[in-house]
Parts: sequence; structure tokens; C-alpha cells
Amino acid sequence: MFRKLIALTAGIIAMLTAATASAEPTKVGFVYLTTPGDHGWTYAHELGRQMVEKHFGNNVVTTYVENVPEGPDATRVIRELAQQGNEIIFTTSFGYMDPTLKVAKEFPNVKFEHMTGYKRTPNMATGNIRFYEGRYVQGVVAGMMTKSNKIGYIGAYPISEVIMGINAFAQGLRSTNPDASISVIWANTWYDPVKEADAAKVHIAEGADILAQHTDSPAMLQIAQKNGALGFGQSTNMEAFAPDAQLFASINNWGPYYIERIEALRNGSWSTGDGPDHWAGNTWGGLASDMLVLSEFKNMPADVAAAARDAMEGIRSGKIKIFAGPLKDNTGKEVIGAGEELDDGALWGMNYYLQGVNGKIPG
Amino acid sequence: MTALILTVLATSIPLLLAANGELIAERSGVLNLGVEGMMLMGAVAALGMVLYTGNPYTGIIAGALAGMAVSLIFAFFAVTLLTNQVATGLALTIFATGFSGLAGAPLVGKTSESLPRIIIPFLSDLPGVGEILFAQDLLFYLAFLIIAGTSWFLRKTRSGMILRAVGDNHDSAHALGYSVARVRWMAVAFGGLCAGMGGAYIPLVLTPHWSEGMTAGRGWIALALVVFASWMPSRVIIGALIFGGITIMQLAGQARGWAIPSQVLSMLPYLATIIALVLISMRGRSSYLTVPACIGKPFHPGS
Repeated sequence: MFRKLIALTAGIIAMLTAATASAEPTKVGFVYLTTPGDHGWTYAHELGRQMVEKHFGNNVVTTYVENVPEGPDATRVIRELAQQGNEIIFTTSFGYMDPTLKVAKEFPNVKFEHMTGYKRTPNMATGNIRFYEGRYVQGVVAGMMTKSNKIGYIGAYPISEVIMGINAFAQGLRSTNPDASISVIWANTWYDPVKEADAAKVHIAEGADILAQHTDSPAMLQIAQKNGALGFGQSTNMEAFAPDAQLFASINNWGPYYIERIEALRNGSWSTGDGPDHWAGNTWGGLASDMLVLSEFKNMPADVAAAARDAMEGIRSGKIKIFAGPLKDNTGKEVIGAGEELDDGALWGMNYYLQGVNGKIPG
Repeated sequence: MTALILTVLATSIPLLLAANGELIAERSGVLNLGVEGMMLMGAVAALGMVLYTGNPYTGIIAGALAGMAVSLIFAFFAVTLLTNQVATGLALTIFATGFSGLAGAPLVGKTSESLPRIIIPFLSDLPGVGEILFAQDLLFYLAFLIIAGTSWFLRKTRSGMILRAVGDNHDSAHALGYSVARVRWMAVAFGGLCAGMGGAYIPLVLTPHWSEGMTAGRGWIALALVVFASWMPSRVIIGALIFGGITIMQLAGQARGWAIPSQVLSMLPYLATIIALVLISMRGRSSYLTVPACIGKPFHPGS
């Protein structure tokens, strides 16, 4: 009797576990720097996560933790996500690099993907977007739209990713308007709407009529809208905040990348890849791979929109090489000669402004 | 130049209001470190109300009431239950940061009309100062009125003297028959009201949208301003203008290509605050007269 009961119970348990095992969804974790309510960087990742949920349906369960400060707190959060049984964890800010690395070594069976970093292990991959490609197109448009020939640029931190964006903008700008130049205000923050608004007001007071930003809130565009200036959205489409001021936005499209990586995990083909051994790690897609998408070109005449579309297609097809020589920095020193092109490593080492940008990089 | 001065003023208003409110709370002997949280509640309530009613003025009221509402939570714990004020204030900020995020979730991605400018005829045409002083939004005028009122209240009214007495020596005030708890409840509530209005200024005027944590540490700067002002309302104006002025100056300096590292420039406002604190403490005894002696000390009526 007893034995029968035990056997029966064991049988039921076995059946149940088998049943659940076959339908076991893949658990995916995300770590966010701020909240999706920032409208910018983190919101773009959140849209990507939502695409993952939609694509996989019940086959994937996603979890995200928001407002995770970079540093020891991040290590704790990432470790917890690993302990909860997440099979792949996306950490979505540069400052999570070392915490992710640390936890990756503790959990060799869990896969980690760090956004915008460069350190890798056999179970930690890296991914990034060629944001600067969109900024080149912004420069093309700015050059044709500016009347004052003064472009106001709000930078977050003077690091290579932001600097290569400014330089790509300058290359685009000079391709359509060699007389225009860029002034940069460093906000020294990724996100502070009031300060971003202040910087935008100052740019306008100093005569800029086109604004560009490498900070995350829509504040700059709202100020542009109020003051009759024009500008570009960052990370996500910010048109709702400035319907008459946003020319277009460079949109970070993480969804397809997340889906591809989770797919690879599920069918066992996930690897850190043998991709190009550049600073940005094994995935660094741009316009050509749709990781960077430009929103509709608006608030500009048809010929400017056509030029923008040409620039976009030129980058997609590889016809336009943004950092092809001859290149001079803004002191007139040659960076590379004709016939050469800056490679990815050189982009990540950028610590100078190209021609078309005023002033010096601080620090 | 006018544009830059207008920017300085606009940047200063949230600090001005929040610091003025905190000043009253501190003069009554209560240190409320929850200013950042109260500002966030004010900001989210203001934008929510404007989007709901379509009238930007309702945002001012909603922001003020929301700031006051959370300050009353603080008052209940810190004044009535006599909890540690520092810990309670910090907890209030953490709570209000989270709660404002939750309450603001439906507002994400929405934008509203800003408070309209009230242009005073003739005066606003004055060369130079006209546009700066007489073509601002209602909350701007209100902020300066509130500060003038606060200054008058503290110096000239009987109630103001009672408030100061409670902050300077709650035992004596109690012995004279004044209700320490009641005075402190009201002072904390006023502080919340002002902080809420200060927070409301951000989505109502500066950047008309809601995003989590959008006050970005301005509540903490307001707290420092109270010390900077050595608990005098008129000096709060000076402090806020210096802070706003340096903030804008460093941005303008960068736009003009001044060869000063931007990190140094970003540091300046905080540096100015520290220098002011040092100067105040160096002036010696006279300044101690304005420090409320009972600040941060819970009052036990029985003892």
C-alpha cells in the first residue's frame, strides 16, 4: 500500500516536472540604470525588452531591475538575477562592466551581455550601437538648416563615445556647410532635465539655432520648441515633446539584437562570437543592421530630407565613410591622410575634436 | 545678456522656494531632510493636475498641496512620535522618490502647456530690467512675495516670534504655554508647501514633462542654501541667485569656449556653497545667534 502510494506520488511528480520542463520558459534578466520613464537611454532598452516579450510570448519570462547605481549595488543586483535562475542577463550601462564581469566569473553557466563595454569572458558578451552614424546624418541636416551657422551641442561626459559622436556630427555638418561650427557644453551628467534645459537656453542665447544632445531627457527639445530653434531627439523618438522642433531622432533599436541573442541561447548557438576584436566588443551594429534607426525626417524642406535620406543610405551601403581621410583635428593637425580611414580602435581612442568643432576637450 | 539673466532667475526659483520653506521648518527647530522628496511629489502632482484639468494654474495648487501632504507624514513621525529627524527625513525622500515614480508612471511621455507669462503693461517695456522683472510667470512673482512675507513674518509678527522661540528654546516656549508640537506641525507643513511649489516649477515652467527623479538633487542644494543664508529669508535669495548664476555662467563659459575644464566649472556652485559656509562659521559668534538652538532635537513635553 505504502509503496504503491510512494510510487504513485513519485510518478506524478515525475510527470509534473517533465511537463513543466518541456514548457519551461527561458528566463531573461535586464539591469537598468534609471527608469524607463527617462524617455531616453533606458526607455530604449525597455522598448527592446517589450519586443522580446512580444516575440517569444510564453517561451520567455523577462525580469528587469531599474534604478541600479553603477558600482557595488550593481554587482548585488546582477548576482541576484543570476541566482533567481535567469539564463541570460543584459546589463545596460557602461558602468556595469566590471560588476558584470565579476558575476560572470561566479556563474559560468549563466550568459551575460554587457551593453557598450569591452571586457569579455567565455560567458560574457558585449554589444553596442554605432550611435555616431546617426549623428553624421544630424550634421548633414544641421548644415542645411542653420541660418546662424552656430550649432549648440550638449555633451554628457567627455568620453570617447560622446566625442566620436560630436566628430561624426562635425563631419556631416561640414559636408553640407563648411562655414558652420559646433559649440559644445558638457553637462557632466547623463540625465538632469533642468541642467539640460539650462544648457539649451544658453546655447540659444549665444546664437545657436540648431541643437544636438548626448544627454537623455527631452528637455533640450522642449526649450528648442519654445524658442523657435530646431534639434534632434536622443535614443528614442521625442517628437511628442517638440512636434515643431524635432528634425528627427536617432533611435536605439535594441529589440532585434536581444531577440537574436536569446534565440541563440535557446538553440544552443550562443557564443561571445569571434567578431571583430575592437573596443566595442563582438556586436557593434549601426544603420546597416537596423540597430540604429532614424525617425521620420520632419520640420525640414524636401531637399534637406532628401539629403538626409541619401546620407543615411550612403552609410548603410558603405558608400559614405564617416571617418575617411584626409582628416584634420580642430587645431589643423593631420589625423590621417587621404586614402586612409580611422578603424574602430582609433574611434575608441578619440580624444580630440575634428575640424568644425570649437574649443578644446576639457580635462 | 537678458536671456542669460532670465535663465539664471528661472533656475533659481525652485531652489528659492524650497529653501524658504525649509528655513521656516528649521527656525521652528525641525530639520527636515526630505526636501528632495517633497519637491518630487510637487513636480509629479503639478504635471498630473495640469494634464487632467488643462489649466496650468491648477498645477501650482496641486504641487503645493502634494508637497504639504508628504510633509505631514514627516510631521507625524518626527514631531508627534518624536522619531529621529535625520533618519525620518531621509526615509521621506526615499519614499517620495519611489512614490512619485509610481504616481508619475501614467504621465510618462506626455507634455503640457507651460505657465503663461504675465506681462505687466508699461513696466515690462522698461529698458533693461523690464522684461526681467515684469514679464514672468505667476509662480515667479509668488516666490518673491512668499519670501518677503516670510521675512516679515519672522521679524515683525507675534506668531513669528513664537515660532523662533520654539526653535531656540522649546522648553521655555513650552513653559510659557505654547504648544511646541502645534507650531512645529505648522512649520513643517509650510515647508512642504513651499518645497512642493518649488518642485512644481520644474514641470510647469522649466521642462514641461515628468521624468523620475527630475529634481536631480536640487532639494539637497536647497538644504545647503538654508545654512548658506544663515536662516535669513533675504539671504536665501542671494544664495539662490549665486548658485543659479554660477550654474549658468559655467554653461555659457563653455559655449564661448573658455579654457577652463568643464568639470571645474560644474563644481563651482557647490564650491561656492562650501566657501559661504566657511565664511559664515568664521564670522564667529554673531552668526550663531541665527542658528536655531533646538534644531534637530525632539521635544519631550514631559521632561
